[in-house]
Amino acid sequence: MAAKEINGKSIELDGDGYLADPSQWDEELAKALAQEIAIGELTDDHWKVITYVRKEHEAGTALTMRKVAKQSGVDMKGFYQLFPDGPLKKASYIAGIPKPKSCV
Amino acid sequence: MKRLVILGAGTAGTMMVNKLFPVLDRDQWEITIVDQHEQHYYQPGFLFVPFDIYSRKDVVKPKRDFLPKGVAVVMSKIDRVEPDRNRVILEHNNVLAYDYLLIATGAKLTFEETEGLTGELWRKKIFDFYTIEGAFALCEFLKHWEGGKLVVNIAEMPIKCPVAPLEFIFLADWFFTERGIREKVDLHYVTPLPGAFTKPRATEMLGDMLDRKNIRLTADYSISSIDNEKQKIVSYDEKEIDFDLLVTVPTNVGDPYIERSGMGDDLNFVPTDKHTLRAKEHENIFVMGDAADLPSSKAGSVAHFQSDILMENLLDAIEGKEPGAQFDGHANCFIESGFGKGILIDFNYETEPLPGKYPLPGIGPFSLLQETRWNHYGKMMFRWAYWNVLLKGLALPVPSQMSMVGKKA
Repeated sequence: MAAKEINGKSIELDGDGYLADPSQWDEELAKALAQEIAIGELTDDHWKVITYVRKEHEAGTALTMRKVAKQSGVDMKGFYQLFPDGPLKKASYIAGIPKPKSCV
Repeated sequence: MKRLVILGAGTAGTMMVNKLFPVLDRDQWEITIVDQHEQHYYQPGFLFVPFDIYSRKDVVKPKRDFLPKGVAVVMSKIDRVEPDRNRVILEHNNVLAYDYLLIATGAKLTFEETEGLTGELWRKKIFDFYTIEGAFALCEFLKHWEGGKLVVNIAEMPIKCPVAPLEFIFLADWFFTERGIREKVDLHYVTPLPGAFTKPRATEMLGDMLDRKNIRLTADYSISSIDNEKQKIVSYDEKEIDFDLLVTVPTNVGDPYIERSGMGDDLNFVPTDKHTLRAKEHENIFVMGDAADLPSSKAGSVAHFQSDILMENLLDAIEGKEPGAQFDGHANCFIESGFGKGILIDFNYETEPLPGKYPLPGIGPFSLLQETRWNHYGKMMFRWAYWNVLLKGLALPVPSQMSMVGKKA
């Protein structure tokens, strides 16, 4: 299992490079991960999405772009503005949940 | 008399009615199957229609030819299901009461989700190949097309047969090469996914395919609208892509009666237990195939692998037992890659497509995650197996659960 240093802590990563151990996530880590992938400062809207995807992941729901755009409080345009080029991937990474699933 | 009602006589419904009919005691059980269309479509064949490889008789046959005598066949639209009253209300207010219900009504395209899709250029320069009309219209168009920018776009996930758009663009590469106009065609694959292939092993083994075939890729693209006047597609983050020919896979949704019944998710798919195949909210309703909200692919092979599990679990439920069989999300897909070759992938909920041989280790004859001629033959021969074996509920000589036998982890 790979690991990297964030804020002086060693963070364990899964096979896709996403957070492996959910207990290692906190808001400080989220902020650091956001800086790492050049998302920058997290605004209230960023947090709406992060909170939403964490909640859905906990409930075992498979996340889709559509669900985030309809239920997080941020619409599709907004979602792309907050997390450019690959919003679901980036939001999942910062939120400390696994990479969104796809088939092939 | 106890009643089993099956909604949908497509791949899943037809397979199940053929499996269940000989097993359920005819003196105790009345089986009814409902569908609104008389014609059964071999949907995997639609891919070959635009390229003039399959004709109508290859992909269309009457549904009734595959339904057993002794089963009541009702050709009607469904208005709604009333799960709390164990009944289905058909069009014209006919009522079908049930003890057990199997929902197998599949997924369909909804063209209205993408603004501008059905505008001026619809079926003139914008086509789909997931419907029979669309596939044949595109066939006519391609006979005379002299080249330009061909964009293949997936509107959003999930779609039925997630590899079909890739197969389409691979076949297009072959088709235009055969016609000697490949340099006049700019092939562009535009997907909302992060890549053409997203799983590690598949990406490792097939990742360079698009480059090799001179096909451009734009990933992470969520289409917002189509500008018919300027002939371009526009994404939610305002990226514009010009086209001369747009082949689209629009949003896939479950049948609208599911929404009318209050039974579906945001895309009208029915929340279903991913292992037992029972509807999450109703103990006497099972869901199979594309109509379910499972995290597996939407594909005929998935329905086939579900069929044994569903059979066991439905019979368990009828006997008052908890469903004992577990579906593992097994899917198995031939990916046509053009020039007489294809790729085979075999995977389930837990395991990504891995390389190796299928179904027999070492022997195959099909190779996983590799382009081979055998895989292409497999795809083409499958049409015979579909009409003559699969639909009749007969077993194919491969296990329902995904097996690691023959695979290289």
